[in-house]
Amino acid sequence: MRLISAVFLALSLLASPAAAVLPDEVLDDPALESRARELSLELRCLVCQNQSIDDSNAELARDLRLLVRERLVAGDTNEEAMAYIRARYGDFVLLRPPVQRSTYLLWFGPIGIVFAGIAIVIVTSRRRRKNAAAATPSAPLSSTERTRLDAALAREDDNGDRA
Amino acid sequence: MRRLLYFLPLVICLGIALFFYRGLDLNPRDLPSALINKPAPEFSLPALPGRDIQRADDGLARTDLTTGKPVVVNVWASWCIPCVAEHPLVDRLAKREGVTVHGINYRDRPDAAAAWLKRLGDPYAKVGKDESGRVSIDWGVYGVPETYVIDGNGVILYRHAGALSPEILERKILPLVKGAG
Repeated sequence: MRLISAVFLALSLLASPAAAVLPDEVLDDPALESRARELSLELRCLVCQNQSIDDSNAELARDLRLLVRERLVAGDTNEEAMAYIRARYGDFVLLRPPVQRSTYLLWFGPIGIVFAGIAIVIVTSRRRRKNAAAATPSAPLSSTERTRLDAALAREDDNGDRA
Repeated sequence: MRRLLYFLPLVICLGIALFFYRGLDLNPRDLPSALINKPAPEFSLPALPGRDIQRADDGLARTDLTTGKPVVVNVWASWCIPCVAEHPLVDRLAKREGVTVHGINYRDRPDAAAAWLKRLGDPYAKVGKDESGRVSIDWGVYGVPETYVIDGNGVILYRHAGALSPEILERKILPLVKGAG
């Protein structure tokens, strides 16, 4: 029993993360193949939409993987191969949206909200400190005030004893 | 003034709710085509064999889109269920409205495609077969059916991904075809 689990464990360690790339797609040149894999991870499968073409089993994803490899073999740079796909499928095919005017909100919105939060915290804490400063008496108590305060405190103590 | 400030979270919350509510009706398949208002890609496809129509031996090429008359290009396949659903509308576009509709047969077996046309009717002027799907990639096709409106000079005016509906046909496609003429 222990032997069987050990064998299974060993086998599972051998398993690589799942990708949809089929053996017949793989290029002979390992350098080109690794570039192709890199690009495939950046390209959206338009059928499944939330998978890269590297992950997807859709036929269109396979076609696009083959197309990327074909462009690389034909001597395209990574950028040229990406531009080729992007010219056909638009920005949506890029899993990492480009920084441009229409995506400013997407890219800088979250950091803007963080800064707005920090600003609110600073303003409210500063205001609270100012209010606290205004509440502390500036002049010391006069002698009449002091006797009245002592009397009041003494009364308080009496009440406390009785309770 | 301060009192009003207490309502701010409620207002923000309602704003977000409205945003999400609107999202419920949006179609995630409705992707903008990268080719709108751009010339259709250069291509040349062999004819789908086995059709009954005259001139069916001619393939479909880019020159068929630059005849000076607006045309509609419909990408379809015999294995595609929504294509069956939209077929009466393609038929109506071609036969009743008199629009030239060309077909691109996407990743299909030619015999199955020809049998499909015999069974459901053949509204297409020309049908090019794209067995590898490569030409369709140049068009930015990501699923079948897709329908493109091309003006007389080969410029893509409109793309609809998914099955046509009578609304799409009447509100989008027909005005464009009639307007571009």
